[in-house]
Amino acid sequence: MSFQLLLNVIIAFTWMFLRGIWTLPSFIIGFFWGAVLLFVFRRFFHRRFYLHKVYAIIKLLFIFIRELFKANIAVTKDVMRPKLNIQPAIFAMPTRLESEWEITILSLLITLTPGTLVMDVSDDNSTIYIHAINTDDIDDIITDIQQTFEKAIMEVSR
Amino acid sequence: MTAISDLIIGIIILMGALLTVVTMIGLIRLPDTYTRSHAASKSATLGVLLILVGCLLFFWIKDGSINGQLLLGIVFVFITSPVAGHLLGRAAYYSGSPVWKGTVRDDLKDKQKKTKHV
Repeated sequence: MSFQLLLNVIIAFTWMFLRGIWTLPSFIIGFFWGAVLLFVFRRFFHRRFYLHKVYAIIKLLFIFIRELFKANIAVTKDVMRPKLNIQPAIFAMPTRLESEWEITILSLLITLTPGTLVMDVSDDNSTIYIHAINTDDIDDIITDIQQTFEKAIMEVSR
Repeated sequence: MTAISDLIIGIIILMGALLTVVTMIGLIRLPDTYTRSHAASKSATLGVLLILVGCLLFFWIKDGSINGQLLLGIVFVFITSPVAGHLLGRAAYYSGSPVWKGTVRDDLKDKQKKTKHV
């Protein structure tokens, strides 16, 4: 991704040299045409066209914000209930993600999901230990995490 | 500064303050370190974020300029506070803080036995 982005910036600078106009709008126009050019020549790169990745990152950001709000509604419900009705548990969840930063992003997301908190990551990065505040819906949580978060993160890293 | 923006900013900041209150109540009511960490890492994050966003919008509408420091503050709080919650929980667990009625606390205990964490 970074190579394609660098290429795009270089194309934008080339555009500015060609036009001889050294302003921000000129750079943006050059960047746009560079993106079009890279899209046309996308089959010469090993990776996918990089704007796909930008789109995936933006989607991940929105997932972050949505989960933050959901988690707060859940915590408020748990805390303000007249009779405390929680049943904590620590469970292990296998993960398919491999590299360090993917695991980090996943842990951040899990910590911000309703009712879960990352306790530890195993040394070989294959298992994540999660503290859940309600035991009943552990299975739901696991499928939720694997369906939405892991998929969204994999879409970025692929 | 119109009435509508006034109202929206007021609601946002009030929500942030209320969430901070919820955090405090959670810290008092919840039984053990980990469940308290739940409350502290989630509600406090969003509470502070909402207050900062409210300030950002207020100065944006009043002065017409976006305050870069507030924006950076929002991003930093957003990134760092879940990590703080995780580290507190982990440190508490490995220094032997007891779990309140931990029911399914399966693998972390086994792992601790196996690896002999210091």
